[in-house]
Amino acid sequence: MTEVLSEHVGSGSAGGALLEVEDLHVEFRTRAGVAKAVNGVTYSVDAGRTLAVLGESGSGKSVTAQTIMGILDMPPGRITGGEIRFRGVDLLKLPEDQRRKIRGEGISMVFQDALSALNPVFPVGWQIAEMFRMHRGTSRSDARKKAVELMDRVRIPAAKERVNDFPHQFSGGMRQRIMIAMAIALDPEVLIADEPTTALDVTVQAQIMGLLAELQRDSNMGLILITHDLGVVADVADEIAVMYGGRIVEKAPVHDLYRNPAHPYSKGLLESIPRVDLKGQELYAIKGMPPNLLEMPTGCAFHPRCPYRRDNCVTDVPPLYTISGTRGSACHYWREVIDDGSR
Amino acid sequence: MTAPAESILEVRDLVKHFPLTQGIVFKRQIGAIKAVDGVSFDLHRGETLGLVGESGCGKSTLAKLLMALERPTSGSVRVNGRDITQAKGGELKRMRRNIQMVMQDPYTSLNPRMTVGDIVGEPFEIHSDVVPKGGRRRKVQELLEVVGLNPDHINRYPHQFSGGQRQRIGIARGLALQPEIIICDEPVSALDVSIQAQVMNLLERLQNEFNLAYIFIAHDLSVVRHISDRVAVMYLGKIVELGRDREIYERPTHPYTQALLSAVPVPNPEGREQRQRIILQGDPPSPANPPSGCHFRTRCWKAQDICAQQEPLLEIRQGSDHPSACHFAEAKDVVNAP
Ligand SMILES: Nc1ncnc2c1ncn2[C@@H]1O[C@H](COP(=O)(O)OP(=O)(O)OP(=O)(O)O)[C@@H](O)[C@H]1O
Ligand SMILES: Nc1ncnc2c1ncn2[C@@H]1O[C@H](COP(=O)(O)OP(=O)(O)O)[C@@H](O)[C@H]1O
Ligand code: SF4
Ligand code: SF4
Ligand SMILES: [Mg+2]
Ligand SMILES: [Mg+2]
Repeated sequence: MTEVLSEHVGSGSAGGALLEVEDLHVEFRTRAGVAKAVNGVTYSVDAGRTLAVLGESGSGKSVTAQTIMGILDMPPGRITGGEIRFRGVDLLKLPEDQRRKIRGEGISMVFQDALSALNPVFPVGWQIAEMFRMHRGTSRSDARKKAVELMDRVRIPAAKERVNDFPHQFSGGMRQRIMIAMAIALDPEVLIADEPTTALDVTVQAQIMGLLAELQRDSNMGLILITHDLGVVADVADEIAVMYGGRIVEKAPVHDLYRNPAHPYSKGLLESIPRVDLKGQELYAIKGMPPNLLEMPTGCAFHPRCPYRRDNCVTDVPPLYTISGTRGSACHYWREVIDDGSR
Repeated sequence: MTAPAESILEVRDLVKHFPLTQGIVFKRQIGAIKAVDGVSFDLHRGETLGLVGESGCGKSTLAKLLMALERPTSGSVRVNGRDITQAKGGELKRMRRNIQMVMQDPYTSLNPRMTVGDIVGEPFEIHSDVVPKGGRRRKVQELLEVVGLNPDHINRYPHQFSGGQRQRIGIARGLALQPEIIICDEPVSALDVSIQAQVMNLLERLQNEFNLAYIFIAHDLSVVRHISDRVAVMYLGKIVELGRDREIYERPTHPYTQALLSAVPVPNPEGREQRQRIILQGDPPSPANPPSGCHFRTRCWKAQDICAQQEPLLEIRQGSDHPSACHFAEAKDVVNAP
């Protein structure tokens, strides 16, 4: 059929992208069995670019991010294959002291749930200042000054007065800003934002997304934005990686994916968005349920729910086929899907 | 859609203030959280009224008042003409039958130690005259079938179901007493995108089948638009704008509604560079200490002196076709505008 995409697609340049994940495999050994959470994820991001990782809960988005950051729970987690290259160096082969240095200064992360990610017993200013003291050996008073600057930068009103307040004294949106302040404290080259606005109101979401875009513009960071919100993705992504059952099932520049999805799952997601002109009609719904990682379906993991399924889908795992230099789809029948267009 | 709408629920000047106390042994009241602060609206038979607004604006408190799970500070809630806030004992119990609720979180709202049959059938225990004891199991199985679950799974426990299926269990339970009104508080928010559509379709199908009236609370404005006939926008305990779905989404007149709609990301990247956004700064003020006059004035870009002095009433003003609580209400299409 088509040749298999061996190199990453997306923002990668000839010399390799800033951060590249290649064929990553992660599993969890649980009492109920081995959960294959990540089954060959390949994606990359370059300076100044935004890669959106789109997928439903349990599809392996956060586990991939935690593995990049080197904060995966091991055990029960186990990395069973793949590479994570930052500036060409495989992080998985680095000793812990070198990884610790990259964490925060090279790559940093904003978590979905700021309340549980921040330490409840320390003032927020102290927690931000700690980044400078730990990584840079900055003096107590300088670090504190920098913390106030950062709180200002992420627009915490009256930052100077609030530097000694505790996390629970801030609203959800402000806590998320504080998380962002900590994440950008050391000027990282790549920022991973894991569902940074999922728990927030749309008004606050708009503030936070605006802030992230501004910070990215100022410092030319590469941004990996993990989300399940098709609106947010359409708004900010340059490239998209769609995950399903621990794999990337489609990769594409943002306009291509929304105009013309190449995988039945991405197509189904786009079609299930409520549309004004279809009000009063049934919503399109992908039938069935997301896969159980303990008993992944054979062949293509999406086959029990797929309207394009043929016999070989049940037996043959589709590789990530190359569609063009920037696009790939893990569907045996991607041509048909593309030909059908999006609604 | 249909001829003169018949009101099944009439809410008038509803107020709920929670006392704000200080001291542990000798509590003294130092103020009040004005969770619901003068809300009036009607719900018609068979219609869906969407309810939107930021976290903490009073949506869930309003829902609890309508179900008489909380006593209001003042105001009335008439269900088929009778005030549920004044009802007691047997009458209250009978009236409650008619208003059921489907909750947000399918993971915590179901008792993990009860079987699906017990959960769905529990309303029959409380209202034992509805279905005779011998017929209950069959009735529960019918309900499971109605919501698209396998009736043979009646003896399973909630953890054996997915999020979407648990939400169906909650819906089946809500239907048990054949209510005329169901209040859905964020019924699809906790669900995955692909499952949301399934549950939304189910809710619409059941509405048509049983002529249910819904109050549909959700923070996803496109979901609300899809299902609602009319939409009420809440801010700090008050309804600030109320209208048919097109009136609210295409001709919003209240600055808060305009900001809310304009903050919703459009799931289409075409033309995103040109899109204009109204980004509200800060968080809503505390409901314990709302601003004078118009509650929204501290975040409003159109605020004038009068806004601090005089509370704008929820009414139809010149040049607009639906009620809005703004002195300077003026229609503006923020969704389709470039
Ligand atoms: N039992 C209570 N005692 C004191 N304050 C309360 C109580 N219940 C609710 N409140 C307060 O009333 C206000 C409205 O709360 P409510 O739960 O109705 O908000 P909501 O609009 O449902 O928000 P969300 O979108 O987060 O669910 C909030 O400030 C809340 O903290
Ligand atoms: N510490 C852990 N122990 C066992 N299983 C885990 C652990 N962390 C994640 N998982 C499982 O890995 C899968 C992928 O999770 P995750 O990456 O968090 O998904 P998401 O795409 O929602 O971010 C899920 O099935 C999850 O239950
Ligand atoms: S490989 Fe087959 S089952 Fe999988 S998405 Fe493509 S058509 Fe569907
Ligand atoms: S009444 Fe004044 S402050 Fe309130 S929304 Fe209208 S213009 Fe803004
Ligand atoms: Mg996650
Ligand atoms: Mg609520």
